[in-house]
Amino acid sequence: MMSEQKEHFFDQPKNVKRVLWGFYTICIILVIVDFFVHRHIGFAWEKIPAFYAIYGFIACVVLVVIAKEMRKLVMRKEDYYDE
Amino acid sequence: MSELPPFILYFIAALLVVGTQGLTRKIIMLATPIVTALYIWQNIEIGLVVNHSILNLELTLLRVDKLSLLFAFLFCIASFIGTIFALHVNDTKQHVAGIVYAGSALGAVFAGDLITLFIFWELLATSSVFLIWARGTERAINAGMRYLVFQVLSGVFLLAGALLHFHNTGSLAFEHIGLETIAGWLILIAFGIKAAFPFLHSWLTDGYPEATVTGTVFLSAFTTKVAVYALARSFAGEEILIYIGVAMACFPIFYAVIENDLRKVLAYSLINQVGFMVTGIGIGTALALNGAVAHAFSDVIFKGLLFMSMGAVLYRTGNINGSDLGGLYKSMPKTTVLCIVGALSISAFPLFSGFVSKSMIMTALMIEDYGYLWLLMLFASAGVFHHAGIKIPYFAFFAHDSGLRPKDAPTNMLIAMGIAAALCLFIGMQPQYLYAMLPWEVDYWPYDITHVLAQLQLLFFSAFAFVWLNHKAMYPPELRSINLDAEWIYRRWVPAGIRRIVLFLSLAKTSLSALIMAPMQRARYSFSQSPIAKYHLAESWPTGSMVFWVAIILAAYLVLDIFGQA
Repeated sequence: MMSEQKEHFFDQPKNVKRVLWGFYTICIILVIVDFFVHRHIGFAWEKIPAFYAIYGFIACVVLVVIAKEMRKLVMRKEDYYDE
Repeated sequence: MSELPPFILYFIAALLVVGTQGLTRKIIMLATPIVTALYIWQNIEIGLVVNHSILNLELTLLRVDKLSLLFAFLFCIASFIGTIFALHVNDTKQHVAGIVYAGSALGAVFAGDLITLFIFWELLATSSVFLIWARGTERAINAGMRYLVFQVLSGVFLLAGALLHFHNTGSLAFEHIGLETIAGWLILIAFGIKAAFPFLHSWLTDGYPEATVTGTVFLSAFTTKVAVYALARSFAGEEILIYIGVAMACFPIFYAVIENDLRKVLAYSLINQVGFMVTGIGIGTALALNGAVAHAFSDVIFKGLLFMSMGAVLYRTGNINGSDLGGLYKSMPKTTVLCIVGALSISAFPLFSGFVSKSMIMTALMIEDYGYLWLLMLFASAGVFHHAGIKIPYFAFFAHDSGLRPKDAPTNMLIAMGIAAALCLFIGMQPQYLYAMLPWEVDYWPYDITHVLAQLQLLFFSAFAFVWLNHKAMYPPELRSINLDAEWIYRRWVPAGIRRIVLFLSLAKTSLSALIMAPMQRARYSFSQSPIAKYHLAESWPTGSMVFWVAIILAAYLVLDIFGQA
């Protein structure tokens, strides 16, 4: 097949970097916008600047850290039930 | 106006599919959902109720309102997409199972009484299990059996609840039931099993990943959504459902992060999404209920799309473990793009379908002032993006290059995924059409600067967390493993307990018999040593022991006689 030799988009570290920088830029813009746009507030904690950004980041880090710890408790070999 | 229940069309189609082959069969399979949807659209009107008397029992095979109509159209769409996806399959059993399964779902949403509901409830169970068994592996057959036990058990609870409800109220109407009576609780458990409530969910995460490539697409659409429909009809506004829903939305995301089988990751995220719906039903306001059913609508389509994309990967590579995949975007670019559309939809990205339905439930939680539960649901929303939105496409199509260069998905699969992806975008960009179909009157519009900005921040910084954790090498790698869940109770703990009990009983039996047999053996031995045993009659053991026992009896007579005399 042709694709064996073909250079693909993410094979170039340069391209990976470009995508990541684009992503970081959007993140920064979203936080900056938060200081200029007035969000409707339903709960008191929503008044924290960039609340959703902070919460999203912390939520995912906590999720992954707990899930990793869970592995110690629940992870077994693939054939655990097959014996 | 017609009085023919729509499920009949599906059941006729199932019979026709048995008797046909090749192109004719394909045309029948594709026409069934289209014809049925047109038939419902043209002939089935809101307010229609059709009763049939069977054996002195009044059954309502057709009861039509906006709620049942919404789900009926949804199931037609789902079975149409699923059929296209499965068009290359040449297995009569699977096709018939799929059609009967979809038809049963239609029967259940139009059922007006609990007995009719029960019949379709059991038909859903018995038809769908063939989609798991059709895989043919030993694991699939065992998983299918466990799946069937759960489903039938759910039916038993439903029947018991229905009969008790009839005893209490004299009515079998499938309407609001509530939790004031034991009957209500029994029915809630029945619905809860099918909706995959926590601890009752393991049939789903156990069964769905073992089904065939095309079977899982069907499975993901019907069973849990019929349960959501039933909960919305009978238990709207029951507060306990809010807490159950939040638990369902939160616990599976931890499993999804560490699960290796990508179709099992999707099974966990299915429970997570149903959690949002159950919460909406529990809140019970018009906005929340609309949100719950609207989310069921979007979920069937985007979850179907995700299961199809992973099905295509499994079909082409023969593998669906995150640890063995990666880099597939190079040779499956179309599947990659379609999968990403599904991933963005389930993550509730603005302009995609999940956004316009899930935000209704979140807003309803806010309006009813459930602050901490809202925070938990926001956590679950971030978690969805993390495992379904990023993990699924990332580990299948990007990540480290597995070296696999399979062909892109077959044309029929690409068309099915294309339709689903188009619907995800259409619902996301033009939500007014979905909103117009919703059963309750609500004025709601998801697109305002607050919602969009808040959601974008949440999602982009969840993604940022993923990038950061990967960069720090803190992200848990995909490992060839399984994770213990509720099924451990009946696959390991109970069987091990039973083994222990059996072992104990057999030990007890051995020692007890030793206790009794030892003196007897000794007596026999001493008898055999005695001069009587030398006689001809006593040579073989049966006669020998008979002589021994006769001697004992005679001795007993003698003793009794002696004491009797005295």
